[in-house]
Parts: sequence; structure tokens; C-alpha cells
Amino acid sequence: MLDMTPKEVSERSALRINPAKTCQPIGAMYASLGIHRCLPHSHGSQGCCSYHRSHLTRHYKEPVVASTSSFTEGAAVFGGGPNLRQSLNNIFQVYNPDVVAVHTTCLSETIGDDIPSVVRKAREDGIIPDGKFVIHANTPSYVGSNVTGFSNMVKAMIDYLSSREFGSSKDVNVIPGYVDPADMREIKRMLGELNVSGIVFPDTSDVLDLPMTGSYEMFPKGGTTIEQIMKTGSSGLTISLGAFASEAGGASLESKCGVPFKVLDLPVGVHATDMFVKSILEITGEIRPPASMIDDRGRVMDLMTDMQGYLYGKKVALYGDPDQVIAMTDFLVSMGMRPVYVITGTPGKRFEDRVNRILGNDSSNCLVKASADLFYLHQLIKNGPVDLIIGNTYGKYIARAEDIPFVRYGFPILDRVGHGFFPTFGYRGAMRILTSIINTLLDRVDRDAPEERFELVM
Amino acid sequence: MSPTIRDMNNIMDQEEFIRDVTSVYPNKVAKKRLKHIVVKSEGENPEIEANVRTIPGIITQRGCCYAGCKGVVIGPIGDMVHIVHGPIGCSFYAWNTRRNMFRPREDGANYLNYCFSTDMQDSDVIFGGEKKLRQAIQEAHDIFKPKAISVHATCPVGLIGDDIQAVAREMTEKTGTLVIAFNCEGYKGVSQSGGHHIANNKLFENVVGKDDSNPIQDKFVINILGEYNIGGDAWEIERAFAKCGIRIISTFSGDASIDEMRRAHQANLNLVMCHRSINYMAEMMENAFGIPWIKVNFIGVKGMSKSLRKVAKYFDDPELTQKVEQVIAEEEAEAYNLIADHSDRLRGKTAMLFVGGSRAHHYQELFTELGMETTVAGFEFAHRDDYEGRHVLPDVKPDADSRNIEEIRVEQDENRFRPRIPVEQMKELQKEGFLGSYEGMIPEMKHGAMIIDDISHAELEQLILRFKPDVVCSGIKDKYMIEKFGVPSKQLHNYDYSGPYAGFRGAVNFARDIDMMINNPAWKMIKAPWDIEPVLRAETVA
Repeated sequence: MLDMTPKEVSERSALRINPAKTCQPIGAMYASLGIHRCLPHSHGSQGCCSYHRSHLTRHYKEPVVASTSSFTEGAAVFGGGPNLRQSLNNIFQVYNPDVVAVHTTCLSETIGDDIPSVVRKAREDGIIPDGKFVIHANTPSYVGSNVTGFSNMVKAMIDYLSSREFGSSKDVNVIPGYVDPADMREIKRMLGELNVSGIVFPDTSDVLDLPMTGSYEMFPKGGTTIEQIMKTGSSGLTISLGAFASEAGGASLESKCGVPFKVLDLPVGVHATDMFVKSILEITGEIRPPASMIDDRGRVMDLMTDMQGYLYGKKVALYGDPDQVIAMTDFLVSMGMRPVYVITGTPGKRFEDRVNRILGNDSSNCLVKASADLFYLHQLIKNGPVDLIIGNTYGKYIARAEDIPFVRYGFPILDRVGHGFFPTFGYRGAMRILTSIINTLLDRVDRDAPEERFELVM
Repeated sequence: MSPTIRDMNNIMDQEEFIRDVTSVYPNKVAKKRLKHIVVKSEGENPEIEANVRTIPGIITQRGCCYAGCKGVVIGPIGDMVHIVHGPIGCSFYAWNTRRNMFRPREDGANYLNYCFSTDMQDSDVIFGGEKKLRQAIQEAHDIFKPKAISVHATCPVGLIGDDIQAVAREMTEKTGTLVIAFNCEGYKGVSQSGGHHIANNKLFENVVGKDDSNPIQDKFVINILGEYNIGGDAWEIERAFAKCGIRIISTFSGDASIDEMRRAHQANLNLVMCHRSINYMAEMMENAFGIPWIKVNFIGVKGMSKSLRKVAKYFDDPELTQKVEQVIAEEEAEAYNLIADHSDRLRGKTAMLFVGGSRAHHYQELFTELGMETTVAGFEFAHRDDYEGRHVLPDVKPDADSRNIEEIRVEQDENRFRPRIPVEQMKELQKEGFLGSYEGMIPEMKHGAMIIDDISHAELEQLILRFKPDVVCSGIKDKYMIEKFGVPSKQLHNYDYSGPYAGFRGAVNFARDIDMMINNPAWKMIKAPWDIEPVLRAETVA
């Protein structure tokens, strides 16, 4: 497995091998799916749309519907405006969404198609029916990563839709980050438990975690409604979860509508969840969360202390999208584990700074790197082994090559189930992550134990 | 049980369905789509529009030129480094997602699980990406010392005008490693199909016929073209051929090694599995080296037997024929014995197939063997000849999109051309449709069957609602939509991570999987008890 990877690390300035990121448009497509009755539209060649739909489908095991401008060579030379115009005409007549969320691709960005003017003209010419919306985000694939694309589409929602005219200052906005529907659902549940009225956007729960009913709805019941997104401009506060995916949205809403915002780490693990809960308590004026939530927290602490012997001091290699990795680093440190390689493919020195701050004095024993790839991570592991690898599905090759226990976390997970239902967020999410880490390590202890040391109780 | 074609004729006029389903479109779109949807009637093979642009905004299964080139044809060559020149996504999505399997040869070289990209940034788009590409090739050479490197252009590369052919030539010279560049920008052509063609051309020009060392003396040596070893298909096919004493030099390009492809011109026969993606190669090899080709179908027990018999007929050697017949007898007995149990539960069920440029045809024979009927089928990126047969080729006028894909004329290779059979015999076999011929899908379909090219999301949805098939074969993008209706969907691009499905044992696997999908008791539990009859309030016991 991965036998061609040499142990010696050599400097590379041009060749990316086994990336730990992908391109912007898939993030924009995913964010768009979190608007109720929205059809994401990929303005570029057919392949982009096909690849993004396929990959999102592989992760969610759910239908992912999106349309494309189907560029041909002619469009690439003369511009894709007519293709977009024709697309909008067909989309509203055939599929009848409430909103079309257009994102660009490297092709249309390189051509320099002016989306707003095409959309304006389509509106004037009656191609976009009254009461329907078209929003757009520029998502050049050669800048940032999938996370940037998510962030840009969230910002587009605000720039196009948020308003000060509706809504209430009692509401709190939560931009949940580039996370699974189960996490968005958990945020809503926690807001309910904390008795605060919130607008979570985008929200892919009930869009990408649908029950089997025997019928198919192209636009299912989930997703943040246009009305809700409009109302976000009047809310009292925006909580942006994850700086990379959600800060731009929070900042944009502040500058457009004057809603103050606060950036928190993703509520992964006890500490980050505490911060999220505290932020909500500061709004509601309650001094403690409800008993049910305190109990949930207590159960996680119980598990962390009960099983500490299997966790303490274990070396971990961690990679993935920056917000996920930052929050997980904090969680690992809090249980006495030792992240030794912490990597993201997304560019950003901020990532390195934030992780190093979490690691504190331990940062000198850890290699933290943005714009890195899994080939490099594998080489690091060859030079200094770890006890556990945590990251998306692509790490399974390294895990097998080096025979290291592996916990799947982040996007995408293409070869296991569970992430569709169980959150990583909140105290309950922490329980899931923790049980997964502990059980994976225990499976390894069992597998490797000599017969005389094979134990019943662990 | 869902309606069979016979029932469909009684209860439903296909023409009416076609009118209904296209009525949701704007007029211009409806007019275009109507040419892509036809009904087969007895003794008449309708003309169908294919290989033309997908209408923007109409949700399609299709991908891009790059996907056809790197993803389908070149990517499976396992002992080469494939560098995608572009932003990261294109390489990322084509990384290990197609299940084209590969076993390293003696040298151990295996790059199949790696993903290489120049990861273009905005500065590369502004100032040009050639420098970065050159450096990336150098780094790949320095780290891996591969036998060959491919470079694949993505959309922005063509626009900014990077001359990847010049970079490839320069770096071949500089590193001594063969670098082959493919101008397969995503916007070229109208689907993956253009990419297949581009891949065929460059592979032929740079690889095939380049190694004459160690001449192969055996008589029964062949290549298999258009077999991508999804789920191990090529290995199961190889097993049967090996048993018959027939040697495969190279498979294009499942489990392919570049060294073997370089020697492929020494074969005495080419078998074409996926006509759509590789017929160009078959023709070029025939013109250059004199290797005739036969269209085969390794899907289904009968299909596999028929294909083996074609090879025996071609070589016309009594001993080989006897061996082939013996293998067929053994393998058929074993396979039918195992399939019988499944086909008992599948008889009379209906299937719809919307996939690729060959599979929607190939699997119909296997469904027939299972006692099932194909009511509607269509390709994603096929051309008219795949539907109607190669005899229509002279009538197919290239449009602007096809003209953008280079058509190369291949002359006889003076040193390597060798007639495999006497010219007269070759002509005779061509005339009777045995050599160099493909009849297409439509002639093999039944009266009343519908054929839909480049099916749209809306059309697929309506088909399921109206005709309630027992299984729909399609790809990942459609699978879960279909299954929400309570109808099982078999992915025929990746086999739902099962397989092999080709060859004798593959047919058994397929029968097992279709039986499982259709007869899984879970489907019957989708309706909850309270949906079936109201729950009555229980009387409490006093």
C-alpha cells in the first residue's frame, strides 16, 4: 500500500500529491443545499457539476441535485452568459425552485463571466419569475479550498437576502460551518434546549439526511427558508462557528445590517461546546444551562476520565478541513492525547497560529502545517510513527500502509456510515467521537494482545 | 409486479408518455429532447439523436472531456504517474473513485492510489502555468522515477494557453522519462466521449507499437480493448481466456501496464468491449498494424461464451475450438447451476438501464438470462453508431463540437504492418459483419422498448412513476433518488462496490446482487403499519 512513497521528505514547490483539500465549488454547492427549495447551479463545464454531485452523494448517501451551464468550447471562447440565461429559463420552468444559487468554476472565472449582469438581464426579461430568487457566489477553484467556497456562498446568502426589515433582535443567527446535517440538527436541538430562538443557516438537515418514504421530493422539507435568511439582518447576534467557513458570513452581516458577530471554534469536544453554550447563556441571561445539558456534559467527562488510560499520551496525526482540525486538536489535548502532526490542505497561516496556540507549550513537539498534503503527512509518519490517525476517508491508505488505527472524521467519509445520523457537535457529539476513538484503540489492543494477555474487561 | 413491455403496450402508449414527459420543457427544449427519445417497433430501428450538446440547465448525468480522458481511459494505467494540470478539484474527484483495479507487475510500480496535481493557484492562472507544470513533472521524476508520466489539461489551461505539448516534449528530453500530454480540457466536446477520443489518439501515437524487443511468437495472442477492470472484471475475463490457452498481451486500460501497451501491436486480434470509448484505437491498430477487431460482450454467461467462440472462429484452429468448447461447457454448467436459484426469484421482473456508452447495451443480455426484461434503456454519452450500429457512420455529420476533437488518420506502419489473415478472407469476414462491426443496442431491443439518450433528471423521475420498474441501473448521482421511490438502483459504473460482473463468475455475482436488491425484505417495510391501516385505540382493561 502506497509503496512508492519514500521515507525521505523532499522539498516540493509544484507537485501536489494526495491532497487534503478540494476546490471551492463543491463547498458552494453544499452550502446552497442548505437553503429551502434551492437548486445549486454550477456555471461551468458539465464535469464540475457531475463531480461535485457525485462526491457529495458518496458522503451523504442521499440524492444531491444540481444543474450546470454545460459549457462547450464555444462558451469557453465567447463567454457563458447565454448558457446561464438559458439555464435559468429551463430551471424555473422545469424544476421550479424558490431560489437558484449560482456558483462559478475555474472556467467561468478565467473567462470572467459577469454573473450579476446576466441575472439582472434575465430578471428584466421575465426569465426569473416574480417571487423567485437567484443569488451567486464567485468561487474560483484556484483560490482557497472547498471551505472557501462554502464561506463564499454563505456570504452570498447574506449579501443577496439578509435585511434589517424583518425579524427580531431576540433571534440569534448561527452559521454552523461546513459540517454534516447531523451537526446542524444538533445545533438546533441545543438552541431549543437552551430556550433561545435561533436561525441556523445554511441548514442541510432534512435535505441530506432524508428518511425513506417510498416517494422522492426534489426539494424536501429541510433547508433554511428565504424568509429566515432575510430575518438574519435583524438578529441580536451572529455566532460564526469555525473561522474559515463562517467568519466571512458573520462579518458581512455585520457590515450590511449591523448585526454583531462572534467567531467560535466548532463545538467539537467539551471545551468548545462550553464556549458555545456560554455564548448562548450570555444572550438568554440564564446562569446555567438546563439540567439535561449539564447531564450530557457530565457523561462526556465521565467517559473521558473512566477511559483515560487508553487515551493519555497517545500520539495522533490529524488532518482535514481547518475548522474541524482546530476544534479536534483542542479536544484531543483536553483528554491528554498528543497531536504530533496537524495538517490541513487549505491555505492559511491563521490555521497554524490557532493550532499552535491551542497546543501551547506542546507546540514545539508538533508539526502544524497549512497547504500541506497527505503524501507529506505519510512521510512524516514514516519518520515518526503515531498511535492514531484521525481524518477523512483518504487516510485509510496511510493507516493500512503503516498499520495504524484510524478514526474517520470530517469530509468526506466515503466508506463508513454513521456520520449521516450522529453529530460531532455538542456534548453528545463529543460522546460519539470519544467512543469512536476509544473503541478503535481498544480494537487494536485486542488485535495485538498475545493470547495470555488478551483481556475480557478493558 | 411492474408492467412488462407487453403490459406497457396495453396500458400505456409510450408516445403518450413521451409527449407528457417533454411537455414540462420549454418548447425549444422539448423539440430537442423529442429527438433523443424513441420507441423500438418490430422490424424497425428508429434513428436517435445522440452525442450532441446537453441543454444548459437540464439536469444531466454527463461529465466532461477530462473525465473521459483521465478518468476513464488513461487513469487506470497503474504504473504511470498521471499529473492533472489545473486547480485541485479535477484530480481530487478522479482519485480512486472509479474502481479500476490494478496489480503491480514485477517492478512493483503502482501509482493507482495516488493523486497528482499542479494545484494551480490564481497567480498561475494570471501568469501562466507552464513553469509550474514543468516543475511538477521534474518533481514527479525526481521522487518516483516512473516509466512514464501523463499530463492532463483542465478547463483553465486551455483558456490561458499553456502549451502542455511543448512542456511534455521538453521534459521528455530533459528527464528521459516519456511525458505524454492530453489536451482534454473539460469544455471540449459534449460529454466524456471527446476525452476518450483524445486519450486514444495520444496513447496510440506515443505508446502502442513502440516496443519490438522480445517478439511474441504465440499464435493465440490478443488485446482486450475498452475493458477497465471495474471490480476486477478484467481478471475474471482473463481467467477464462487463460483456461482456453489464449494469451492477452494488454488490456486497454484496466489493470494496464505501460510496457504491455507498448507491445500490444504484436497481438493477432483485438477484442472490443466498450465500443464507445475505444473504437478509435481498434481502427488505428488495424490500419497501422493489420490487427483485425471483433466487437464482443463479456457480460452474461451467453455473452462470454459467444465472445470466446468468436475468438475460436477467428483463429480457426480445431484444437483451440475444441478447448474453447470444453471450457464453455464446464463454465456454463457451473454458472447456470449457481444462477438458477436467483433467476427463479427474478423471472418476469423489469429493468431500466441508463448508463455509459456501452453498459446499457451489454447488461441487457444478462438480464434476459435472469428472466428479466429491459423496458427502457439509454446511454449517457454514446454516439448514434452505439445505438444504431456502425453502418450509420457515413450518415453522421460531424457538428462543431465533434470537429473540435482531433481525428487522426493512421497510415500503415511499414515496419510493423502484417496481415493477420489473407486479405480476401478479411474482406469476407468484414462483409458478413464478423470483423470490424458493431450492430448497436437498438437492433437487439424488443418491440415496444423505449430508448432515451442523455436522460434528464425529470425524465427519469417520470419513468419511475409511470412504469414502476423493478430495478434501475444507473450511476451514483441517480441512485438515491431512485431508491427514495422504493425502487432498487444498481450502479453500473461502480457496481455498488461489488463485482466482478463480467465473465462466467461475474454473471453469477450479478445474479446474486440483483436478487438481493429486488428481494431484500426491507423494501416491503418502507410503509409503516399505521400507513397500511389505522391504529385503533386499545380498550383499557377495567
